[in-house]
Amino acid sequence: MPEDDVLLEIEDLRTHFLLDDGVVCAVDGVDLRVRKGETLAIVGESGCGKSVMARSILRLVDPPGQIEGGRITLHREDGPVELVGADKRLLRQVRWRDIAMVFQEPMASLSLVHTIGSQIVEAVRLHENVGKAEARERAIDMLDRVGIPKPRRRVDAYPFELSGGMRQRAMIAMALSCRPSLLIADEPTTALDVTTQAQILELLRDLQAEFGMAIMMITHDLGVAAQVADRMAVMYLGRVVEYGAAEQVLSAPRHPYAQALLRSMPRLGRASRTRLAAIKGMVPPPFARPAGCTFHPRCDSAMTGRCDTVTPSRIPVGDREVSCLLYDDEQEERP
Amino acid sequence: MLGYFGRRLLYVVVTLWAISIAAFVIINLPPGDYVSTLIANAQAGGEGLTPAEIVNLRLRYGLDDPIFVQYWRWITAILLHGDFGQSFAWNQPVATLIGERVALSAILSISSLLMVWAIAFPIGIYSAVKQYSWGDYGFSFLGFIGMAVPEFMLALVLMYIGFRFFGASVGGLFSPEFQDAAWNLGKVLDLMGHLWVPILVIGVSGTAGMIRVTRANLLDELYRPYVHTARAKGLPEWKLLLKYPVRMSLSPFFSTVGWLLPGLIGGETIVSVVMSLPTGGPLLLSGVMSQDMYLVGSFIMILSTLTVVGTVVSDLALAWWDPRIRKRYKRE
Repeated sequence: MPEDDVLLEIEDLRTHFLLDDGVVCAVDGVDLRVRKGETLAIVGESGCGKSVMARSILRLVDPPGQIEGGRITLHREDGPVELVGADKRLLRQVRWRDIAMVFQEPMASLSLVHTIGSQIVEAVRLHENVGKAEARERAIDMLDRVGIPKPRRRVDAYPFELSGGMRQRAMIAMALSCRPSLLIADEPTTALDVTTQAQILELLRDLQAEFGMAIMMITHDLGVAAQVADRMAVMYLGRVVEYGAAEQVLSAPRHPYAQALLRSMPRLGRASRTRLAAIKGMVPPPFARPAGCTFHPRCDSAMTGRCDTVTPSRIPVGDREVSCLLYDDEQEERP
Repeated sequence: MLGYFGRRLLYVVVTLWAISIAAFVIINLPPGDYVSTLIANAQAGGEGLTPAEIVNLRLRYGLDDPIFVQYWRWITAILLHGDFGQSFAWNQPVATLIGERVALSAILSISSLLMVWAIAFPIGIYSAVKQYSWGDYGFSFLGFIGMAVPEFMLALVLMYIGFRFFGASVGGLFSPEFQDAAWNLGKVLDLMGHLWVPILVIGVSGTAGMIRVTRANLLDELYRPYVHTARAKGLPEWKLLLKYPVRMSLSPFFSTVGWLLPGLIGGETIVSVVMSLPTGGPLLLSGVMSQDMYLVGSFIMILSTLTVVGTVVSDLALAWWDPRIRKRYKRE
């Protein structure tokens, strides 16, 4: 029952890394939907698989990682396309034209030996049949829109001649140069200082209003998620444990992991003298995933005999989806 | 940028001056000189030199002057007249001796370099992209063999095979009938027929090393975020490979490309001796053995100049290739 406004549908996505020591299930059955024009924040600790999940969408996972299964459906104007099984031609078409990405380290993600202009022009000319001069004008226009001063001069600058914030702006300009319907931003502000971070987030919000694209914001920073997200997905060990409207998830999380994550976040003002609650235990080693619910060894509400044997499925709780057996009964009670 | 290279040129001059002194002193360090070598040779041949002859010879070559006088005579002749002095042993101007061999040395060096690049770059790129595949293992295996086999042995084996099975003349770059002939089409073809053996010998270890270097440099770049960006943009795989990581991985190559310059006249001594190739290397070796001091001194001087100039050329090439370096020069 895909709704009309769904842009991207991820069903049971599994991306595994086949290492010599065993298989790491980095993404282990993720279900997600991104609606047109909305911002979905994916939050979770380092190593929970959110980046690998994002890269899997455009099939950018380097070996030994590979997509083991699942479906990723992109609803384009001319009909839906499936990306997991897509051939290279279709995939290259979807990349950047429909779905563009912004990465964490703008210094490392841009080529240092090509000018910013030439990298944007390359993207434009790859997907649109325009001449060099026109593509260059487009690059200058995009640099202007992302707030880079003197774009006519900066278009010929190399990335190492710009500051970190300007570099990320250039990266965003490049990402939006083909007017994608979805922008995946993988920790776009993590490498930047707090002031620049706020500016970049505001810029993304403005550009979203202007271009109308959806944004998938990967972040480990709940503050960032709270600032930009319409909807939020909390990931733990390769699964989405809670998915719902950002306000609701942030104000009243249902999954014990989401609750613990929020408790561990420092808040200004209120109770700033109390100690932050840490999530107990450690993230389990990658080759030894706990059976049942993978969070049960760290969970305060774990039910012995149930949580360590039964893998929870997604359970609608209100208009949210929570993968936790605590809410299993509620669902069964309903007809 | 100009200021930077002006300063570099000044350093070049100072370096060469220091090298000229060092080279000259080292040549004169071993006991004896060219005349004592002559005396020893004459005695070994059963003839003696009269004391008058010896005095005459020493006087003629100026060997009894203080060393700085000899140095001054040598260096001013080079600087003012471009005269590298006489070779005692060959009784010819050093410039003529070396000049005769430069062409062949250069042909040999350049063609083996071209062979090395033509083979090593594609294989290196393949090995890096398909790391740990059967192809990669196969090429690595061949590469290690190529690096481990000494050049002189390969030369001997190839010469034996050429002689035994193809009836080719052993060593040299020309068949006997063309040895002293004037240049014509037949001689050129004859040269081609001989040249492939030394090119192969010199090229094998170079190719093997180059494959390893190319592979390692490319592996450093292959999984960088900017490669992901390029892929995410929808570039075809081979195109993004050449445009981004391969381009980046060539920077170390450009920073050493100028060091090939001295090899053009003096490289591959051992192979040349084994295969009796008329290149610069054996000439230098024989000069060192007979204490032919102007030949050796001038030869070393030319090699050093090429090395130092090569370093500057490398820096220029790198600046041309890599904008980060270029911008830094501009600021200085």
